[in-house]
Amino acid sequence: MKKFLAKSYIWILLVVMYAPLVFIAIFSFTESRVLGEWSGFSTSLYGNLLGGRMEGASSLVDAVRNTIVIAVVAATVATLLGTLAAVGIHNMRGRKRDALTFLNNVPMVNPDIITGVSLFLLFVFLGVAQGYTSVILAHITFCTPYVVLSVLPKLQQMNPNIYEAALDLGATPGQAFRKVLVPVLKPGMISGFILAFTMSLDDFAVTFFTRGTEGLETLSTYIYADARKGGLTPELRPLMTLIFLIVLVLLFVINVRQGRLAKKNGASKEL
Amino acid sequence: MSRLISKRSNWSLPYAIFLIFFVALPLVLVAMYAFQDADGRFSLEGFGKFFHDPDALKTFAVSLEVAIETTLLCILIGYPAAWILASKKYNRSAVTIILFIMPMWVNALMRTLATAQLFMMLDVPLGKGTLLFGMVYDFLPFMIYPIYNVLSKMDKSYAEAAQDLGASPATVFRKVTLPLSMPGVWSGILMVFMPTVSTFAISEFLTNNKFKLFGTIIQDNINNGMWNYGAVLSLIMLVIIGITTLLSKDKGASAEEGLI
Amino acid sequence: MSEHIIEVQHLSKSFGNKKVLEDISFYIKKGEFITFLGPSGCGKTTLLRMIAGFLQPDEGTILMDGKDIAALPPHKRELNTVFQRYALFPHLDVYENIAFGLKLKGVPEKEIDQRVRKVLKLVAMSDYEDRDIETLSGGQQQRIAIARAIVNQPKILLLDEPLAALDLKMRKDMQIELKEMHRKLGITFIYVTHDQEEALTLSDTIVVMNEGRIQQIGTPTDIYNEPVNCFVADFIGESNILKGQMIRDRRVAFIKHEFDCVDEGFGEDVPVDVVVRPEDIYFTTDPAKCQFKAKVSSCIFKGVHYEMWVDTDSGFELMIQDYDPYPVGSEVMLYIDPDDIQVMKKERTANVFDGVVKSAEAVTIFGEDFPLATDLEPGTEVRVEVPFTGIDLMDNLDDGVVDGEVHFILYMGNHYHLQVRTEKGESVWVDTNDIWDKGDLVGIVIKPGTAKITPKNE
Repeated sequence: MKKFLAKSYIWILLVVMYAPLVFIAIFSFTESRVLGEWSGFSTSLYGNLLGGRMEGASSLVDAVRNTIVIAVVAATVATLLGTLAAVGIHNMRGRKRDALTFLNNVPMVNPDIITGVSLFLLFVFLGVAQGYTSVILAHITFCTPYVVLSVLPKLQQMNPNIYEAALDLGATPGQAFRKVLVPVLKPGMISGFILAFTMSLDDFAVTFFTRGTEGLETLSTYIYADARKGGLTPELRPLMTLIFLIVLVLLFVINVRQGRLAKKNGASKEL
Repeated sequence: MSRLISKRSNWSLPYAIFLIFFVALPLVLVAMYAFQDADGRFSLEGFGKFFHDPDALKTFAVSLEVAIETTLLCILIGYPAAWILASKKYNRSAVTIILFIMPMWVNALMRTLATAQLFMMLDVPLGKGTLLFGMVYDFLPFMIYPIYNVLSKMDKSYAEAAQDLGASPATVFRKVTLPLSMPGVWSGILMVFMPTVSTFAISEFLTNNKFKLFGTIIQDNINNGMWNYGAVLSLIMLVIIGITTLLSKDKGASAEEGLI
Repeated sequence: MSEHIIEVQHLSKSFGNKKVLEDISFYIKKGEFITFLGPSGCGKTTLLRMIAGFLQPDEGTILMDGKDIAALPPHKRELNTVFQRYALFPHLDVYENIAFGLKLKGVPEKEIDQRVRKVLKLVAMSDYEDRDIETLSGGQQQRIAIARAIVNQPKILLLDEPLAALDLKMRKDMQIELKEMHRKLGITFIYVTHDQEEALTLSDTIVVMNEGRIQQIGTPTDIYNEPVNCFVADFIGESNILKGQMIRDRRVAFIKHEFDCVDEGFGEDVPVDVVVRPEDIYFTTDPAKCQFKAKVSSCIFKGVHYEMWVDTDSGFELMIQDYDPYPVGSEVMLYIDPDDIQVMKKERTANVFDGVVKSAEAVTIFGEDFPLATDLEPGTEVRVEVPFTGIDLMDNLDDGVVDGEVHFILYMGNHYHLQVRTEKGESVWVDTNDIWDKGDLVGIVIKPGTAKITPKNE
């Protein structure tokens, strides 16, 4: 009985949480312009979206492209910068380490709006034109801490002498980084990259304040502007459904892979 | 140069410079703009304006209220969920926790819009009720995950020791499990309170612009070129955030705990 | 000169304000197996890391083949290291791990292949080249780590506690193999360990270290039979360490009896420390041979021998090891050969602290005010001498003037001699009958009337 109650609690929560998503998915299969009005089954929204046959199609496609470009560039730079920083922090002691860890935590604890406003003021103060570059720099700012925090545990798990072993065998610091540290830290770097990438994809507030007035749109700002105009572009519904499906598949794949890895490791320990 | 590279603690130098430039300096600028008037002279004008503006004060109070209520609701709903998910007795698959986290990968604005539309279709009037529902809906995973994390890593022998000493299951929970899981709760508070107190777009969608939150007036001011006043409001928000962070850090919360 | 492959002169190193190594000097002969032995935190690993080039000395020089190697980064030094817990590269297989150094040096593929196979044979790991590191046992990883180092044909092999992670049986086997490998390769081995038995088994020369200083350098037999101080005597093997008095050359008193010994040159009526190994106290039935009598208080079988504790007629407890057991409660007659009595100079006879007079009733030592009466002017810098028995240790930290942690314990037959470290790292030496454990936190007070306070500049 207790078990039944517990299970139902979890499932009710999940149903409520997924209701809006299911709602979007269902209404992506009708042509009605207003979300929530059913005008018969149709896949024409998908056709419009994939074929680019819709009002303002180019701007939605642009927004999606911008979102992806910004996320890829920001996550890549953040992964490089963050990995080096993590190695540095791991080898630091005392007050310097505390100071750097503190600064690294600031963008994570700071609400998006503060990060956005403060960076906006920075670009204004420096007289830098805001656009692609400022948005990417801003995204690197709030993405890198996640990379640092993903890589640090891998460094703590790593045998502390591995880097020195490489030097001992004749590697220069650069060779030791490329041939030993990067391969060993790769899992942390990948999860850091994925985190940074999703953070960047999902961001609205920071982009909103740092994109300038040149009309740079990402998916988030596009949706915001669209909703403010009243009436969402209906093609967003299939887009969201597709994004959700992609996430679903990705998570599934990652989980299956991790499960296999865990099994393989478990088996090898038996030997 | 090679000396510089060979010391590994120096590898964080580029990032340290980056942080000073893009994290520390911008925050200094917020403070600087807050204490200046539009002509760049030192002034407390902005603060005076805020404390004499009943509208702004009211918005501030409403924002705090909504954030606190959202956080409390998240604890009330999220703690039992995390506890069930972490308990081997009720839940044996790690997949369920992933199900809770997954919606976060879909654009938050889009999810909020869908929620608002769902309410409209069900003829629920948009207002404070829907606002709270939407906020809880958006941020509940941030509460569940850190609590789940602490609970699932907790050493079972504490509870067993308490039982061995004669505590009933309810007492075990009250005297052992709950106190030991408080760091997770505080991490959750940090992760939920921060974004809710500062949100702007979400509240606009969920209340059809009927409810103004603090984030919205910051945004309005910055967008309308009132940078100094925007900076004043941001600084006030920063103080609130700082207090919350210190308080929750003191209780054992950590940003890492909530890392998903 | 040329036969000294390594020469270290006046080496010092601090981390923050903690001195890890203080004025270390020694040399290593080409081809020898030298071991740095000491408890954890004694500075032995720091020393090894400086020779390898991972740390820079604050002061002093390290010469290799007569040349200063201070400026040489680790990847250019002609030595290789076997690390604690192996540090094998987890993303490479056995072959790639061993070939790592050769590939970096640009050795031709064919030669790499030959050398890797040869070294795998040497460590008895042929046929393992394609295995993943994670699938190897601790002992196998250990062998690969050694192979990875020696395949580069270094002049010196550094080994940092290489056997610490293995279980006892495997450790013993590997010790024999290491010794054999040293003989076959003919290169210098520098070994670091905290295991005294390992050091005695393996080494040509042992360097005993404690608290950043070299305590003694010598062959295993020298170190065991003639320890220079209580620390070495206590650290290496089992021993009875006792307070003694040198009466004249070749005559020493301890446990309230007089004994003939072989030591000379201490002077007359000088306090000394005396070490007698438990296997060097003999039972006798001949009253003429008997030097003192005792009563057996415990007797435990240890496998090869029996370990017995006896209470002497003069009120001291001694440990004795013998092949024959004596029943508990029996009266026994004992004697010690003059050869087996090791007399050591006392390192200190009392605590000496630097202090400043605060008032007529207080002296500031370690930054805290001790209630000590003095006639000297406030502000005078003073030297406070407190006998070991003049210090009291308190269970309750609030009862002490300064907090300390019990750091080192020596049983002296009828009392304990303790080293207590304050939070700032100063040492306080205490004689006490109370039983404390290493790591206990205590409050430190000076018993009234025991301290001798004199102005510093006198």
